[in-house]
Amino acid sequence: MAEFALPKNSKIQQGKRFPAKPGAKNVREFRVYRWNPEDGANPRIDTYEVDLATCGPMVLDALIKIKNEIDPTLTFRRSCREGICGSCAMNIDGTNTLACTRAIEDCSKGDVPIYPLPHMAVVKDLVPDLTHFYAQYASIKPWLRTQSAAPAKEHLQSKQDRAKLDGLYECILCACCSTACPSYWWNGDRYLGPAILLQAYRWIVDSRDEDTGERLDALEDPFKLYRCHTIMNCTRTCPKGLNPAKAIAEIKKLMVERRS
Amino acid sequence: MNNIDPLRAPLKNARGLGSAKDGTRHFIIQRITAVALLVLAVYFVALLVSLAGADYASARAAVARPFNAILLIAFLIAMFWHGQLGMQVVIEDYVHAPGLAMTCQLIVRFVCFLAALASVFAVLRIALGA
Repeated sequence: MAEFALPKNSKIQQGKRFPAKPGAKNVREFRVYRWNPEDGANPRIDTYEVDLATCGPMVLDALIKIKNEIDPTLTFRRSCREGICGSCAMNIDGTNTLACTRAIEDCSKGDVPIYPLPHMAVVKDLVPDLTHFYAQYASIKPWLRTQSAAPAKEHLQSKQDRAKLDGLYECILCACCSTACPSYWWNGDRYLGPAILLQAYRWIVDSRDEDTGERLDALEDPFKLYRCHTIMNCTRTCPKGLNPAKAIAEIKKLMVERRS
Repeated sequence: MNNIDPLRAPLKNARGLGSAKDGTRHFIIQRITAVALLVLAVYFVALLVSLAGADYASARAAVARPFNAILLIAFLIAMFWHGQLGMQVVIEDYVHAPGLAMTCQLIVRFVCFLAALASVFAVLRIALGA
């Protein structure tokens, strides 16, 4: 059955508080999920008081400041700090988003809660295990597949056909949408989830790809595709402003179209 | 994540048993019955309202009229069919123990099928004047 309560060893406890230095003027509290697989303890919420007067504007700036100046044991992924690598995806202020593009001042008033992406196994602190997510991406064979001989120069594409990839190619596979989806929480082992289905549609709709039918065949499944119940959390949470729910709806339309 | 074995290659877990090459039929029938119910449910409520306060004999006579009997049977079939399809999805979503899931699916199918048969039979009995 779906699990509605956390197992005993996952119950979150009150953690430590790290007060700001005396004289700090503009203090904001960050309540951060902590879990270390090596100490055998339950997860806890540590509270960090950060002086925003000496901190950059984004949530990632605050996390880096915490790691550099307050508590070097805090673990999180980050790389590009400009919303293109997808590494720093986490649940901030109740929403899955990228720490690097989420401004601290856009978070709701009071403390800022920060958790790892929901319903994924945690590796440590804010780092989720995305192994299965990436394997699901590999399973859709996300590359150009053709039957015709390779063209001498390049695959041609009309401007109209190229425009169909807009809103799809921008996906950075940060997993915010998939881990915001209740269907992915309950059936993520079999359901591909919004991110992977958007990527699948990116190749289905590509005018240069010739494996469209095979791609649809591979998706036509009660679990791989049809666990989507149009809940729309994916579209609401996407930090890149994309619309995975629409991409999934387009796949479903093609499924109907090819048999009618 | 029930079917994920950490000793297997991640791609083995992700590919699982492969595509069932099905699900679109379910999707289409669910929408056809939904569209039918949009009309038939309004008709059904209107019939109930028109019979408010009517005595047993006139209610029976209304059901016996061919127009009403046919639409009532259409409503009942669409409703139980749609209900079964919906319950099937709910069970697939939330019940993950294979034996229990299969049992639930069987019960839902039997109950919906029998309820549809019984209610259609009841309308027919009145309409055909047994």
